[in-house]
Parts: sequence; C-alpha cells; structure tokens
Amino acid sequence: MSGTYERDYPDDSSGPFPAPPTTFEDGDGRPIDVRAPDSFDAVIDDVVGMYDAFDPTDRAQGIPPTGEDRIRNWLETISGESINVVARHDGDVVAHAMLVPDADEPPALDLGENENENAGEESPLGPGDIEWELAIFVLQEYQRAGIGTVLLKQLLGHAGSVGITHVWLTVERWNNPAIALYERVGFERTGGESFEQEMAIRLEPTDGGESDSSQTE
Amino acid sequence: MDVLMGLGGSDESIKTLRRTIERTKEVDDELTVAILEKPESKRSQEEMRERAETLLEDADIDAEVVVLEGDPGSALVDYAEQGEFDQLVIGGGTLSPMGKIQLGPITEFVLLNAPTTVKLVR
Repeated sequence: MSGTYERDYPDDSSGPFPAPPTTFEDGDGRPIDVRAPDSFDAVIDDVVGMYDAFDPTDRAQGIPPTGEDRIRNWLETISGESINVVARHDGDVVAHAMLVPDADEPPALDLGENENENAGEESPLGPGDIEWELAIFVLQEYQRAGIGTVLLKQLLGHAGSVGITHVWLTVERWNNPAIALYERVGFERTGGESFEQEMAIRLEPTDGGESDSSQTE
Repeated sequence: MDVLMGLGGSDESIKTLRRTIERTKEVDDELTVAILEKPESKRSQEEMRERAETLLEDADIDAEVVVLEGDPGSALVDYAEQGEFDQLVIGGGTLSPMGKIQLGPITEFVLLNAPTTVKLVR
C-alpha cells in the first residue's frame, strides 16, 4: 500500500544510512555517543536540559521555545509518535534530532525491544505511507564539529530501519550552512513558494528482515 | 484607527478574526473585513462571509465586510491602497507538525507590498 504525499520528493532514493548506536570523535576530539532511545520518556529530562541551555538567538521558526516548562510542553506534545536520536558527551545531551509524523493517526512503529506504548492505536497507514518532518539542534559549543552530519545520518538510518521513506523539513532561506548540510546527505530543495525553504529526501525502503514483521497488512 | 483585515478560510483565519474583533472593541477601531478567494481552503468565501458577519454582529461591531476576487495577496493589497487604512491585519502563520511557524506566500506578498503597517496575529 502506498500513501499519497502532500509534498514533492526527489525521484531517487538516498541511503541506506548507518543506524544507531554509534560512538565517534568529533572535530574537537570529543567522544560523542549517539543513541536512539527505546522510549523518549527515559531521556526527556536530559533533552529538556539541552534545549534550556540552547542559545535562543539560534532559534528557528519559533522552536525551540524558551523556558523549561514551555520546552517540556513542546517536547511532550510532539514526542508521542516521534522518532528521536540523541547525542551525548560525558553523559550530557549535546544534540537532538527528531522526526514527527504529519498525520492525524500516525502508524504504530516497531522500535525494537520496548514497544512504543503511545503508538498502540490501530492505523490503516504504515510508516512509509506518511510524511515525517525533521528537525535537528546542536548545542552551540558543539557546532562546527561534524556532530550534525553524523546525527542527521543516524536519524535517517534509524528512520529507514522502521520503514520511514518520506522526510521533509523547512529551513530559513539564508541559512546556507544548514541547507548545505541537508543537501550533502541527499535532501533536495522543493516547494519554492513559502517564506522558508522546504527540502525533502526519499529513503530507500529497507525491509529490515531482522525484526519479526508483525505489522498488520 | 482604520483597520483592514484579510480573511482566508482556515481555522487560523477564524482565530485571527476573533482576536481582531476583541482588539477592535478594546480600542474602538474602524474595522473592514476582506474575505479572500482561496479555493483550496476548507471553507468557501460565502461561508466565511456569513461566519464573519455573525461574529461581528455577536460582538456588536459595525464593520464592513467585502468579498475580494482574485489572487488573495494582491487583491488585499490593492484594496488597502484604494482605501484610507492605517493598518492591515492577517493571520500570523500556521504550525507544522514539529511546531515550526510557517508563513505562506500570501503573507510574504502582503508583508512586502502593503502600503501600511502589517500586523500578524498569533
């Protein structure tokens, strides 16, 4: 079953990308650990802490909000069905990337050992049938060290392993470093009409045969 | 102050109208509501005209309601240029699933081309 997509996507697929976990040394020699948490609840406090430390001058299109309560509220609102990867240095979260489904009834995802308890509702759509919005934030003192590129690829690798195929984002048109980063991993510029630059990527469907494919047909 | 508000057919448009009505009452502005032609939106121009007139009546505001044909941004700016308005009011964007504020092409056109101050309502 294939969905209908609201946005335009590149004809060619990108990837496959490496999936978490991984550990690497960033451009400043710091060991960075990247993981996809089984449950966002388990890491939300640490992620809230990262956004609370985030310099508000680097906000984009209203996110992240400022103040711990508003940050937590924002993350709780969007995290129910989202896909997350978190980068840590010395235990502290230094970068976070996520995919949020653009659908009223997002599909349940098989995230491995722990079932995503929020995603138990029956949905007629699979993860490849809907579009996922991407956002990534790197704490200021960890920018320009290659963390964003690794985290972005890890997020897309994780997305591919759960069956996600259509990912989009918007970025401010003047933000050339970000646009260049997205283009390097395979995003293309789409939808030229809006204030912000829309970009999209098509992921190779990976029938990750390792998980028991208990998805309903 | 003479205020011209541009109204599409979305839920955000209704919210913008409610906020504008509140403000109009508070400061005793003169309000004109322009119903824009947006064939892709969920409510027709006729539905929006009726909705606006009902909300204005309920609030006891004597505002003019006009229906503008053609490209919404251009029609609104044209209308603003022909009248004596101090301020143009439009919706301040929609939220993406992520919570990002997104401004569409109509907003951009109005911001860049309006002869008056433009207010975006959140």
